[in-house]
Amino acid sequence: MTVTTTPAIGSAVALKCRECGTRYPLDASYACYECFGPLEVAYELGSVTRAQIESGPNSMWRYESLLPVVPGADARPGLQAGFTKLVRAENLARALGVKTLWVKDDSGNPTHSFKDRVVAVALENARRLGFETIACASTGNLANAVAAAGARAGLKSVVFVPSNLEAGKIVTTAVYGGTLVAIDGNYDDVNRLCTEVAASRNWGFVNVNLRPYYAEGSKTVGYEVAEQLGWRLPDAVVSPVASGSLLTKVDKAFREFVDLGLVDDHPYAIYGAQATGCSPVSQAFNSGQDVIRPVKPDTIAKSLAIGNPADGPYALDVVRRTNGAIADVTDEEVVEGIKLLARTEGIFAETAGGVVVATYRKLLREGRIDPGAETVLLNTGDGLKTLDAVEATSKPTMVISPSYDEFEAEYSKVVS
Amino acid sequence: MSASVRIPTILRTYTSGVAEVSAEGATLQDVLNSLDAQYAGIAARVLDDNGALRRFVNVYVNDDDVRFLDGLATPIAEGASISIIPAVAGG
Repeated sequence: MTVTTTPAIGSAVALKCRECGTRYPLDASYACYECFGPLEVAYELGSVTRAQIESGPNSMWRYESLLPVVPGADARPGLQAGFTKLVRAENLARALGVKTLWVKDDSGNPTHSFKDRVVAVALENARRLGFETIACASTGNLANAVAAAGARAGLKSVVFVPSNLEAGKIVTTAVYGGTLVAIDGNYDDVNRLCTEVAASRNWGFVNVNLRPYYAEGSKTVGYEVAEQLGWRLPDAVVSPVASGSLLTKVDKAFREFVDLGLVDDHPYAIYGAQATGCSPVSQAFNSGQDVIRPVKPDTIAKSLAIGNPADGPYALDVVRRTNGAIADVTDEEVVEGIKLLARTEGIFAETAGGVVVATYRKLLREGRIDPGAETVLLNTGDGLKTLDAVEATSKPTMVISPSYDEFEAEYSKVVS
Repeated sequence: MSASVRIPTILRTYTSGVAEVSAEGATLQDVLNSLDAQYAGIAARVLDDNGALRRFVNVYVNDDDVRFLDGLATPIAEGASISIIPAVAGG
């Protein structure tokens, strides 16, 4: 099957195999019939100006012309994800001894993670292709985003998650209605089951048969960083790595902005962050391998617990090409990272954000990232979803009776 | 040994649309050879030019990823169930 022409969807003209380049129509498929390689959206990007983007909605749809969606997405039912804050992190910079630091805080999305972006693009394509049910395999954040988007769009949702997920992520999925299937297995088991279910059901699996569209939603993180910096690229970005997709799409966004003349060409380095308990991409990077050896995840950073990351090889390519690095941190360091960000910037990140902060600190300590480099840390989710990670060490300073004297006595002990 | 092999949509053009077929072999390599004898060309879709499993194919024997077992040398017991599945990144 090698159809090369298909009606364009916005600026998207085809699906194209990343490995062998075979082109396919813009339908619900994700793997190349020739070589099993992943399919990616191919564009013919016209010209777009800063002014056009700036006059768009305060959501990711301001970049609609660079995404595989039918024009007019802003007017259709959806969660209006994106255009989250880029926070100048001066306190954290001081604490770490670095010059200019930013946090792209995607916990500000409608369901409190960057997954609202990818789901938004997948939802548009589910609608376009006539699916009545949207589905996903998820480590939690995506589950929230799919269930909520389904509710808003009036589509059925079926969400598959590992049964050992954080309680917070179960509640924040189930509350939106839809079908929530908890699987006794890890994420890779869930993903595999969903691949088989997707082959037999006429459902739009956002991260299986709609994956080529879905993945493009992550580009908007990169677009926003560049626009919010005043239409320029940073020196460095530190991204969490689960499947590896986000990291590669931030790079793609930067390159597209350069190609479109929206920002000056400026060298940047992209760094990847993993939890040691699930660090196949970090292990491959640090041992100089091109092949990712799958692992069985064991970490509190469950949103990053993908032991068999299909975009891992591409993440390695990006990091090596941009002279970045990938490192991993222990669960204790993840908790320290969460607390450090919370205590310096008032941003409560989920475990993935803790992984990023802790990895950045580790890279600094090891001299693998320049403290003078203007750096953007990606916080992809909200700490309220992973309370388990910090609750043991986040307790009231004191518990007292409603007595003024007792308060004075106890308080004087803690302020010395 | 006789095993049942689940065929992904992508490869069903080789099996006339059949989703599950049986094949013989003591190892995964043997099973793939047996499969190729029945459906000429199918093995080349799963293996690369060097005869290794393609990067974006996952093969499971009784629910275990063969990369955690012995890869193509993974022994196949009588009645084993094998799944060939395109790799999909998640999140």
